[in-house]
Amino acid sequence: MAYFLNWLIICVISVLEMQTTLQVNPNQPYRTAYHFQPPKNWMNDPNGPMIYNGIYHLFYQYNPEGAGWGNIVWAHSTSKDLVNWEPHPIAIHRTNESDINGCWSGSATILPQGKPVILYTGINSQNQQVQNLAIPKNLSDPHLIEWIKSPYNPLMAPTDENKIDASSFRDPTTAWLGHDGRWRVIIGNKMGHDGRAVLYTSRDFIHWSQAEHPLFSNKDSGMWECPDFFPVSTRSADGVDTSGVGEGLKHVLKASLNDADSYVIGTYNIEKDVFVPEKGSLGLDSELKYDHGKFYASKTFFDSSTKRRILWGWINESTDAATYQLKGWSGLQAIPRKIWLDKTGNQLVQWPVEEIEKLRTSKVISRLTELKGGSVHEISNVTASQADVEISFEISTFENVEELDPSWTSPQAICGQKGGPTKGGLGPFGLLVLASKDIQEYTAVYFRVYNNETKYVVLMCSDQTRSSLHLDYDKPIYGAFVDLDPMKEKLSLRTLIDRSILESFGGEGKACITARVYPSVAIDKGAHMYVFNNGSSNIKVSELVAWSMKTAQIN
Amino acid sequence: MKFPLIILAILHLHGITQLKDQTLIETSCRNTPNYELCVSTLHASPSSATATDVEELGLILVDAIKSKAESGVSAVDKLRRLHPELREALDQCRMSYIAVIKADVPEAVAALTKGIPKFAEFGMADAAWEAEICEGSFESAAESPLSPVNKDLHELATVAVGIIKILL
Repeated sequence: MAYFLNWLIICVISVLEMQTTLQVNPNQPYRTAYHFQPPKNWMNDPNGPMIYNGIYHLFYQYNPEGAGWGNIVWAHSTSKDLVNWEPHPIAIHRTNESDINGCWSGSATILPQGKPVILYTGINSQNQQVQNLAIPKNLSDPHLIEWIKSPYNPLMAPTDENKIDASSFRDPTTAWLGHDGRWRVIIGNKMGHDGRAVLYTSRDFIHWSQAEHPLFSNKDSGMWECPDFFPVSTRSADGVDTSGVGEGLKHVLKASLNDADSYVIGTYNIEKDVFVPEKGSLGLDSELKYDHGKFYASKTFFDSSTKRRILWGWINESTDAATYQLKGWSGLQAIPRKIWLDKTGNQLVQWPVEEIEKLRTSKVISRLTELKGGSVHEISNVTASQADVEISFEISTFENVEELDPSWTSPQAICGQKGGPTKGGLGPFGLLVLASKDIQEYTAVYFRVYNNETKYVVLMCSDQTRSSLHLDYDKPIYGAFVDLDPMKEKLSLRTLIDRSILESFGGEGKACITARVYPSVAIDKGAHMYVFNNGSSNIKVSELVAWSMKTAQIN
Repeated sequence: MKFPLIILAILHLHGITQLKDQTLIETSCRNTPNYELCVSTLHASPSSATATDVEELGLILVDAIKSKAESGVSAVDKLRRLHPELREALDQCRMSYIAVIKADVPEAVAALTKGIPKFAEFGMADAAWEAEICEGSFESAAESPLSPVNKDLHELATVAVGIIKILL
């Protein structure tokens, strides 16, 4: 009898175990296993990310009524580990004069006493964009479920005097303390076609005065959405508190514009409240971007418990509206990334938070040491639709390297120029993910190495053009240059795969490319993963490891 | 004597405002891939005469797109009975037109009214795409009885995108 019971328990547990690794609704093959998303409906910008009393909070733009953008409120979830999330009731509804037409994006600031407050954009009854304050109703509630709005709202608004454009005034940042003890916050804005970060200061967080000049602006860039302003250490990969000042720091100003999240690295003159840019630009031609694929409206926060700065970003659908209306949902968040300044000081680097590695299971270590030109090898024993793979390449010979025409400056264009991973000199070599067994359907993430007169250039591409045989949607080719010297360094690639999203990290996070795909055959057991080299030269493989990823509790 | 002068003055001022509105329409429509269609669609709407900003022009075009998609739905409903052999494609078209009416148009209206033109652009770009998807669901262009509707819808939507881009 005991034996039978044991057997029964083992069976039940096995079934449950199977469910956690392959929990898929066959009618929803594109819902993710470990990326943050609500059970249904529309989601866009991440809002007010923060940590309070050891619990991470994520709020997000949400439509409680459907799968398209509209009726926007702040939905709310919490987590102990940035991986498994618990949903809560809507935190900020459309309730009064200053937000009746929308509770749009904003940020959380942790006040010196540890109390969190939220500044967000409200669309008022006249459809003007104004800035409102919300504070927790009950600070001893570990989940901070209820929020109350300040009776002083709106705290900042467009007026006839300040001449701020009422339809271009939104997305307040996390505030930081200035040299004079006053809080500062920037709000996304434009004047004509010039993007601006309007600066406001306050002593008590209630009464705000507009500074004489914006923190920064740029001609003809168009509107700056979701600005972010934070210090980074020049000495370590640790994060810095948003109010951090002193030696060994640079500042980053970021804005969402022209379908991308671009940033500038520079120096914050704290006395004059002016940001002096040194690298990058916030214009239409900007080269410093968080991600060279689909990644928008992102926002960072300082995780004081682990001294990391963590980045959240919204990844929208690549299908038409009829398709996502049919699915009943739209929008994902990227896996949160640690973000820091590269040793060179030339760019920011990102890497998925290490907590995500707890989902890794059934590790597969490949014995492959060399990829001959023209070869393809399957990476077996992995749930290829839900995986994490790391591969490291070494170039041993440069004799077949192709020349890069110096006039080709757009990595995207170069990746697209050959129309895919077609035969080359040094490369393309990389991964085929969410691939069908016959490799008719696949997404290719790969490197190509070129000779550029003065040095070797490493190009990383994420090619979605063959990602689905039967479904039609936006299938672009994304590209990024990776700041690596292939003569001295290994070319590493990590890709997180999750049903309809992939996030690829080249050079240990120097180049990030996120993409959305909707395979028609490479779903669940029909999905395979391959490593390939379609170049003339053989490439050394110094490491190839893959894990199946367990399903997280995402809401 | 003064009376007719006042009338002349009023007429003159009215003329100037008409001119200003024309200039707004003309300047804005130059930003679109189909100037003629843009101008004629806007002029066909009585509210264009009093429109003072690009948002209002955008809303007029979005409304025209809504009407076009609605006519598409009516056409589909008629055709389904007459052409059962085209049912699959017609069903796809109906889904596409409904998406335009229920998702793209309300999204664009809310976005233009509230000042976040980016979502209006998404919505109208999607409307153009839905027209392409519908058209593409037939075996060949010759077979599609909805080609005129789809062509109009596509053109109007790309014009709307052009207008909206001015606001970005």
